[in-house]
Amino acid sequence: MTLDIFLQHLLNALQWGSFYALIALGYTMVYGVLLLINFAHGDIFMVGAYVGFFIATFLLGIFSNAAAPLPTWASLLILILTILGSMVITGGVGVGIERVAYRPLRERGASRLYLVITALMIGILLEYLNLSILGAADRGFPELIQTKIYTVGGVSFTNIKLLVIGLAILVMVILELIVRHTKIGMAMRAISYDKVAVPLMGVPINAIISATFVIGSALAALAGIMYGSAYHVLSFDMGILIGWKAFISAVVGGIGEIRGAMVGGFLLGFIEVFVVALGQIPGFEWLSSTYRDLVAFTVLLVILTIRPTGIFGVARRQKV
Amino acid sequence: MRKLYLPLLILLLFVIIIGGSWLGIINDYWQLVLLFIGINIILTVSLNLINGYMGEFSCGHAGFMAVGAYVSGILTVWLFAEDKVFGPPVLPVAWAIPLFPLALIVGAIAASLVGLLVAIPSFRTRGDYLAIITLAVNYIVKSAIENMEVIGGPRGFVGMKRVMNNMADVFDAPWLLIWTFIAMIAAVLIIRNFMASTLGKGVEAIREDEVAAELMSVNTRRIKVIAFMLSCGLAGLAGGLFAHWPGGYINPGTFTILKSTEIMVMVYLGGMGSISGSIISAIGFTLLLEILRPLGVFKWVVIPLLLVVMMLVRPTGILGNRELTDVFPKLRAFFGYEEESYALASD
Repeated sequence: MTLDIFLQHLLNALQWGSFYALIALGYTMVYGVLLLINFAHGDIFMVGAYVGFFIATFLLGIFSNAAAPLPTWASLLILILTILGSMVITGGVGVGIERVAYRPLRERGASRLYLVITALMIGILLEYLNLSILGAADRGFPELIQTKIYTVGGVSFTNIKLLVIGLAILVMVILELIVRHTKIGMAMRAISYDKVAVPLMGVPINAIISATFVIGSALAALAGIMYGSAYHVLSFDMGILIGWKAFISAVVGGIGEIRGAMVGGFLLGFIEVFVVALGQIPGFEWLSSTYRDLVAFTVLLVILTIRPTGIFGVARRQKV
Repeated sequence: MRKLYLPLLILLLFVIIIGGSWLGIINDYWQLVLLFIGINIILTVSLNLINGYMGEFSCGHAGFMAVGAYVSGILTVWLFAEDKVFGPPVLPVAWAIPLFPLALIVGAIAASLVGLLVAIPSFRTRGDYLAIITLAVNYIVKSAIENMEVIGGPRGFVGMKRVMNNMADVFDAPWLLIWTFIAMIAAVLIIRNFMASTLGKGVEAIREDEVAAELMSVNTRRIKVIAFMLSCGLAGLAGGLFAHWPGGYINPGTFTILKSTEIMVMVYLGGMGSISGSIISAIGFTLLLEILRPLGVFKWVVIPLLLVVMMLVRPTGILGNRELTDVFPKLRAFFGYEEESYALASD
């Protein structure tokens, strides 16, 4: 594998890992606050992509005229409006689910695992609501930004790829800053540290939980729109596999840790892309791309066996 | 002397179901539903051992089911049927009837060995991290099967129908239903007696507090290995039965996370740590799936909604961690528990 091919795959891996990382952030934030695996999160990603699709199609219908192609500023504006609109609406969906399904259960003191099952059910509900309302046909996500291909020293990449990677890293830095340096972030960390004492200190625990769901769902919406812009195909079950894998990367990174979600997401992206890439090298043909999941999950199994709480996770001390 | 109501009731059910199917009073469709009910009961009761009694969160049960399904399916096809890959039957076809349960047991053993993949990491890992390991094992099993071209890869494996037809040619009886019924009763009894044994008390001690259990000289590693192997083995048994269903094929796409989710739903619907709850919810859920079949795609909107509402109304599942005999104490006499409690009191 020469250097330029390696760099090419590296870029692909970074893009693919960005999706995992963005979705994994939502898992890890909710988990950090509530210790709840929000299995509906993969489908929130799907909802975000579809909401984005409808907003973008609607806006394109208003702005475009048949005579001239859209000017750059207009398409950029549409992109930004789509992202913001979808993030707001999807955040609302996320917090709505929390209100209707999770909070009543929490307040009754149901076992954590019942919350998990409820989350699984909500996920299936979202998928099949979509399927029964919109039908089984895939939707084509409109091309909001003109794809441009740059080539630098044998490595070619598109502007969308750069945008995806850049946005993912930017969002993670912002999130890390929010969690470390703002009052709401401090409250989130405090809740995950001690759920009993924090409300006694006057922290509005339900408001903080809602904020967590809004942020997590908005990030999933961002990932959904980026996914749509990069691959242009939306289907009702697009969130299932990517959601489970994002969850796995969150756990491998150490669930509850924002850095962990990022590292885990990129790691899974690397493994998956490079398994496929290795299969194209002479001598490695036996490693067909169908081995992707097998290798990825075996590596993750090994990592978790060596470090049972993930890469960044800290083992909780048990008092005896 | 123990009262014989329950064994008699089971025998009566057996005669009704098997006799009805044999004589054609129960039609093919209802035979299929009964088959799935039996398989789902085995799956639910076995997963309840891990998720209910041991308090772990295993979400890859379909993976072990797949191992059992493929191993016993391949074994019966290789031994008793003409097949493109495996050639003519190795053994005389008539032997299929006595050897069929052995093939199921081999599948179960294979599944329980794969269960070690989960059991060994569980020494150090708990909770959500263990959940991820079970999930990964489910994916690994599915992916491994997809990559084995000999057994059909992603297209699936066929030929079990010929085995069942061969068995029916030798002696016409609803063999699959018979073995499913027997396996179901065996699975329920195994889990019930396991939980009543010292090992079962150890499993419950692990759920309550693993460190304290270890201090009270519970050998947690041994118990975890046994519990996981037992649970996975029973899942493999259910898989082996499922492999021989009248549809005649199995493919890796059947044994996905969705299947695992279905099993988990049945466990939590019935209540964690309740065998009778598991049985009730397995029957109820299977019937619900069949009743709502006319709704088509919309079925999967209604079912999650029903379940979410149900969780809100009863956040502990149908029975919680109680048994039917705790809710209706009069049933105790019927199930013949009186003498047992008497025996305990006299110790």
